[in-house]
Amino acid sequence: MNAVYNQELSNMRFDLQVIASWIDPGSRVLDLGCGNGDLLDYLKHHKEVVGTGIEFSEEKAARCIERGLTVLQGDFRHEVKDYPEGRFDVVVLSQTLQQIHDPKDLLIDLLWIGRRVIVSFPNFAHWSARLQLLFTGMAPVNDQLPYEWYNTPNIRVITIKDFKRFLHLFGLRIVREVAINTHHHNFKGNIIRTFKNLRATYGIMMLERVT
Amino acid sequence: MSPSADNDQAPLLVERRYFTFAEPPEQMLLDCGARLGPITLAYETLGELNAERSNAVLILHAFSGDSHVAGRLSIDDERPGWWDNMVGPGKPVDTSRYFVICSNILGGCSGSTGPSSINPETGRPYGLHFPMVTIRDMVRAQKCLIDHLGIRSLMSLIGGSVGGMQVLRWCADFPEMVGSAIPMATTTRHSAQAIAFNEVARQAIMADPAWNNGDYYDGSGPAHGLAVARMIGHVTYLSDEAMREKFGRRLHRSALSFDFTGDFQVESYLHHQGKKFVNRFDANSLLYITKAADYFDLERGGNQLINEALANVPFLVISFTSDWLYPTYQSRDIVSALKKNGSDVSFCEIEAQWGHDAFLLPNRRLDGLVSGFLNRVYHERCL
Repeated sequence: MNAVYNQELSNMRFDLQVIASWIDPGSRVLDLGCGNGDLLDYLKHHKEVVGTGIEFSEEKAARCIERGLTVLQGDFRHEVKDYPEGRFDVVVLSQTLQQIHDPKDLLIDLLWIGRRVIVSFPNFAHWSARLQLLFTGMAPVNDQLPYEWYNTPNIRVITIKDFKRFLHLFGLRIVREVAINTHHHNFKGNIIRTFKNLRATYGIMMLERVT
Repeated sequence: MSPSADNDQAPLLVERRYFTFAEPPEQMLLDCGARLGPITLAYETLGELNAERSNAVLILHAFSGDSHVAGRLSIDDERPGWWDNMVGPGKPVDTSRYFVICSNILGGCSGSTGPSSINPETGRPYGLHFPMVTIRDMVRAQKCLIDHLGIRSLMSLIGGSVGGMQVLRWCADFPEMVGSAIPMATTTRHSAQAIAFNEVARQAIMADPAWNNGDYYDGSGPAHGLAVARMIGHVTYLSDEAMREKFGRRLHRSALSFDFTGDFQVESYLHHQGKKFVNRFDANSLLYITKAADYFDLERGGNQLINEALANVPFLVISFTSDWLYPTYQSRDIVSALKKNGSDVSFCEIEAQWGHDAFLLPNRRLDGLVSGFLNRVYHERCL
């Protein structure tokens, strides 16, 4: 009966398609800010993943539970705290890092409850953002950063280069990384191999603790 | 499913059955140390138990409920069961797929043994000679019924309010029998505020001279005290917003009366609810059940929901924004304890203005959550 609901890869945001391809079958996954549960549903039906999501919106959390997913409604900054160490194989933080007040503490918490963490974030150093700032003298507004300065939920300006420096500084290791360029409302895209910090709209990295 | 779907077909008929056990000398040992027996539980079932006996759903009723959860007891029965919007063929708790069981709690007054039952030792109603029963005793008795029905594991347990306490008690005491659980609008322990309201309700009954120390079964009983107790209860089941919307300051007569017969609609609503309750509920049962709810405490001596045996049990915890009797923080405490087991736990706080009562009222969000969760558990366990 779930045929209608089963999530197809091509209907997902491109960064989620990449993330899905990184997750091993049968893993235990925690998806922070899981929205309507597209990633979790795909992983459940195509990779036998045992997933949990955390979602702030009542409506979205309820929709996830209705489609048979395990989801907690709440603020994930608080909700991640009760899980035992190593409860998850992978914790996914997609397109949310730029909205976090204390990203360093959060990543440390996530690497406690999960063996690995996958983060994706919009790259503020994309050439179009650079040109907008250079030529118009105004804060960049584009597909990836569709907000004005006064209504944006994004409180952190991150570039791929900045993030790598941050990881190095705090002893977090990159297991895997890719830079992507997305188009068509972020549902299609391609992988960028050269001049990533200039050409990629998003960075995606899999992290683990250096023990 | 259209809302009128159940009107299009013949009414769903159910039958009240009785199971008697703990016959002397094998009486049940209660938490208070007393022994009680024989014990009768009134129960109703809907749907068919499958060959593997794996599709049973146990519904636990709230403080004033009974075993009549859904359907009608006879063709000309005017009122369906108390959760008819939730339970039935094609409804969220779909009786065309699940075998639903609901029994009246121990200490109740709708067919199960309680203070209004006849004490076999005296041939008269127990009254205050009925031993104090706890939520755990109620669950122990339900366990005997489930064993009697030949069910080793329940696909799901569902209950709101005091019913939710029973769900949690089952999880703590018989985790191996719990396939999944939906505790809603409930708590692991009463707050001081909840105990306070219960105590006022009990005092209202005990202050009525007709209560006569619980020995009133020859006469009409403490009708006024019981009605006042119910009025207090109803205040706690609603919310400021619900009352504002439902009654405001509207009068139920054309002008102020300048006496104490009652002017406002909210007053006549409470009077009506009180009067209705007196016809169907036993005052002593209210005393015993509210006390059991006040005594309930899953956190004394360490949180009893933190138990490895629950690690593989899926949970759906539900609260309601306007429920101030069992506010959301209490549900979040349940979630937090279950997460420590690594349990598969879902949680949703439903936006609802109707206060604690919201879990009993038709609500599409609630329907979707219960139906989606049960559907998933059914596919994982029964197919």
